[in-house]
Amino acid sequence: MSQLRQIAFYGKGGIGKSTTSQNTLAALAELGQRILIVGCDPKADSTRLILNAKAQSTVLHLAAEAGSVEDLELEDCVREGFGGISCVESGGPEPGVGCAGRGVITAINFLEENGAYEDIDYVTYDVLGDVVCGGFAMPIRENKAQEIYIVMSGEMMALYAANNISKGILKYANSGGVRLGGLICNQRNTDCELELAEALAERLGTKLIHFVPRANIVQHAELRRMSVIQYDPQSDQAEEYRTLARKIHENSGQGVIPTPITMDELEGMLMEFGVMESEEDRLKALAEADAAQAELEAELEKA
Amino acid sequence: MSLDRDDDAVAMEKVIAQILEAYPPKAKKKRQKHLGVAQPAAEDEDGANCSGVKSNVRSVPGVMTIRGCAYAGSKGVVWGPVKDTVHISHGPVGCGHYSWGQRRNYATGTTGVDAFVTMQFTTDFKEKDIVFGGDKKLAETIDEINQLFPLAMGVSVQSECPIGLIGDDIEAVARNKKEETGKPVIPVRCEGFRGVSQSLGHHIANDSIRDWVLEDGERDDGGAEPGPYAVNILGDYNIGGDAWASRMLLEEIGLEVVGSWSGDATLAEIARAPKARLNLIHCYRSMNYICRYMEEKHGIPWIEYNFFGPTRIAESLRAVAAQFDATIQANAEAVIAKYQPQMDAVIAKYRPRLEGKTVMLYVGGLRPRHVVTAYEDLGMVVTGTGYEFAHGDDYKRTGEHVQAGTLIYDDVTGYELEKFIEQLRPDLVGSGIKEKYPVQKMGVPFRQMHSWDYSGPYHGYDGFAVFARDMDLAINNPVWGLFEAPWTKADAASNAA
Repeated sequence: MSQLRQIAFYGKGGIGKSTTSQNTLAALAELGQRILIVGCDPKADSTRLILNAKAQSTVLHLAAEAGSVEDLELEDCVREGFGGISCVESGGPEPGVGCAGRGVITAINFLEENGAYEDIDYVTYDVLGDVVCGGFAMPIRENKAQEIYIVMSGEMMALYAANNISKGILKYANSGGVRLGGLICNQRNTDCELELAEALAERLGTKLIHFVPRANIVQHAELRRMSVIQYDPQSDQAEEYRTLARKIHENSGQGVIPTPITMDELEGMLMEFGVMESEEDRLKALAEADAAQAELEAELEKA
Repeated sequence: MSLDRDDDAVAMEKVIAQILEAYPPKAKKKRQKHLGVAQPAAEDEDGANCSGVKSNVRSVPGVMTIRGCAYAGSKGVVWGPVKDTVHISHGPVGCGHYSWGQRRNYATGTTGVDAFVTMQFTTDFKEKDIVFGGDKKLAETIDEINQLFPLAMGVSVQSECPIGLIGDDIEAVARNKKEETGKPVIPVRCEGFRGVSQSLGHHIANDSIRDWVLEDGERDDGGAEPGPYAVNILGDYNIGGDAWASRMLLEEIGLEVVGSWSGDATLAEIARAPKARLNLIHCYRSMNYICRYMEEKHGIPWIEYNFFGPTRIAESLRAVAAQFDATIQANAEAVIAKYQPQMDAVIAKYRPRLEGKTVMLYVGGLRPRHVVTAYEDLGMVVTGTGYEFAHGDDYKRTGEHVQAGTLIYDDVTGYELEKFIEQLRPDLVGSGIKEKYPVQKMGVPFRQMHSWDYSGPYHGYDGFAVFARDMDLAINNPVWGLFEAPWTKADAASNAA
């Protein structure tokens, strides 16, 4: 048996982390890997495409019903889905009450203590978009995940989030063993997207693992609660995810300690690529607009 | 023994400088602002000036501070003694367990029926309650309390740290449960991480009384008007029966005590406190907030008083009586005259045994100044005093009680206190349970001045007799003559021979 590899997917909310990770893991399962997905999001939608079903019962809800997490059995929480992938969701409170972060910590400790990680090649964590507190940094801390993959796009806020997540990795890289595996760009059709993604990867000292092109078939599959691998194995998009899966598999042990950049540097980079206008350009444009407005008013007055 | 205070001041400054040497530069810089020597007062003032000492800031990380937390200030001090109300330690079990029975707040009533001071209630949070929120559990707990203890007149919710972290809406639970049960439910946001000491907990507790008891709707009082002599006792927590000893005297001079805050208190007497004519405040630090509020809102004046030792008792009785008519004033004089022979007897008995003995104090927010004159009544001298959680106004007031040259230490650390005792070698130290045994092992007599060392009361004329006896017991205990091991004594004798 190969050594257990633990990886985690992070990224800005709504970027397609869960979709990308599930498609990739489905492809990884095709390669014969035994996988456990741990959803770390109170919404519990990290395993939907693998299970072909809406959110299963989560660790925390089952624990709440049973009284405490000590009263739970592993079999109650783990479900098997496409390609023999084991799925478990941490779950958590409804928005606005309690502490979801503590829930993630509880759920992960429960899984580890009860042997969920035995006879498995891969454990993957799918973490909710904003790492708002220590609980959601759990997979980064304490040597849980060895490599973090950041799902991003060419949008400013996605780049910003990727940089922030790198800061979190850097914080724990020296105390624990966590490394940045690389960036996965989920195409959004923004300007210079590929170039920006590659440039950010370079600045962070990592690499762009794969550029996943935008394809409608992902939506079609998702509506049917399936991964593309399952929905249309012959499609080009399925092949893209297989490539990504292979690259991640081969990337074992190649993670780096990231070198996050400052906000100014990030903005500078965006200007370099002409995505964001510089302050001078902005002022110039404003002055031009003002002049045009004045001209218009003058004309109106004449009339 | 008469002390040359000028020489003392120089010596004290030296001791402080020497002790500060042990700290790293940053800690030293911070701590030296909290240590000082009482300076001579301005010419038109009595006592000394202690305002040079910094207070009410965060303790230096790494030191052994003796302070408590906001929860301790609310649950332990202000709310805990309210006897007919159940106080829930809301959160995990530890805070509730370790604060169980910590203060000796005496109360009449039948425990478990209409008095709950010595009982302990907690919502006992588990992992589930943290993750999903504890509001439901709080509501269930209040229901259980109402079922099991129908004579409980209300519930206060004392928040432990996690409540503030997970953002539970305890106010909503309080409103719902009040509606359902018709009894007040008071949510108190006294999470332990708030503020720098228990002091903020007192303030938060005062505010919760204002918002949820005094201002929360009109209570049916049958249209009763306050009597002409109605007063409240504030800031007397009835440690060992202190409030009873105080109340007796006030009643004896003809006043009517309508509310006791919060020693031996009922929730009803707290609710009707604004009906009084005058608020008398003993512990200024923990209840000045509500006094100011009642003054502003209800126009009730307030004065501070001191019932430790005959000198201050007489002074206070006269000051209180001066707020009323000639009858009360005459009564006060009669009461002072009545007890004076008893006090003279106490002093005649104990003063010869205690004359010139030195005392160092380190207590909470009131006693470091309030008991000073009581010691002086016994011929003793306070050479050092300090507060755990005082503010600037407390140090200002301390000047009136101590002499110039007295060592003053704010939020003293375990190390500093030990060193001060070592250097000053007082005949008695008065502080808390954490300090008691180390001090006694140093060979120095000790009295607990938070709990009266399981004795009391110390307030009032009755209390002074107990106080004098206890100090004598501690200082003149024959055990201190047995401190040296027999074999070292034998050695000394043979060497001399």
